[in-house]
Amino acid sequence: MPKARVLIRPKEGILDPQGKAVERALPALGFEGVEHVRVGRMVELEAEDPAQLPALCEKLLANPLIEDFEIEEINAASSAPTNP
Amino acid sequence: MRWGVVQFPGSCDERDALHACELAGGEARLVWHESRDLDGIDAIVVPGGFSYGDYLRAGSIARFSPAMEAVAEFAAAGGPVLGICNGFQVLCETDLLPGALLVNESLRFVCRQVELQVAGETLSIPAKHGEGRYWAPEAMLDELESNGQVAFRYAPGHNPNGSLRDIAGVRNEAGNVLGLMPHPEHAVDAMTGSTDGLRVFEFVAGALA
Repeated sequence: MPKARVLIRPKEGILDPQGKAVERALPALGFEGVEHVRVGRMVELEAEDPAQLPALCEKLLANPLIEDFEIEEINAASSAPTNP
Repeated sequence: MRWGVVQFPGSCDERDALHACELAGGEARLVWHESRDLDGIDAIVVPGGFSYGDYLRAGSIARFSPAMEAVAEFAAAGGPVLGICNGFQVLCETDLLPGALLVNESLRFVCRQVELQVAGETLSIPAKHGEGRYWAPEAMLDELESNGQVAFRYAPGHNPNGSLRDIAGVRNEAGNVLGLMPHPEHAVDAMTGSTDGLRVFEFVAGALA
């Protein structure tokens, strides 16, 4: 079945305190020069009919008032995890 | 008068809501999330808690329950609906109220008494939430202000979550749906301090008079 990955991001211009908290923690861990951290959500799924995905995202996975979403269709060749 | 208090898996403030409804006058019963039965009900309360575990986004799943479908029809027909905390989140996700509730600016769950300004009065009501920061686009906020839809505002210095324009609660354009983040149902008995919360339930009851 076709796989997809949906990335849900807080809209630009909305205060993201989680992103800020992560950003502020990084120098204490020795990572300098990291900015504009925004924390979102990722949903992976398999859908018989990928044409449904935009509606599914608009209706449930994201709140279009405060979030943007991006749908990535994952084909078999690129779905292997890349972590070492 | 008959109140219906919706109950979702994860709701926790429905019992206090039932009690507050009865103190305000009339009978109150629970409406389980799987039920569409609002027979004989004059006013609906969508209570506080963590419906469906706040999964995905707080209130995002409750909107699809049979009970909320029935509440949406009830509201469309002009029936009064009061959403408290998670109930306010559910009503915003259901588009029965404008805007959205985001994670508190401090990233902390806040649990403290706050002062609310409403129609020239100040009420002392407990706030108890992790995602209570009211947000709407600037143009929508301007519209809410000019329509008189900002129903409750945190008194200066009392905004616990970074809500824009200190908004603690709003009503819909028609005026029959009302939502607020603080918990009036926890302020109805002198034993726990303020009884100002009763005014909110009395207001909803009075709206039917």
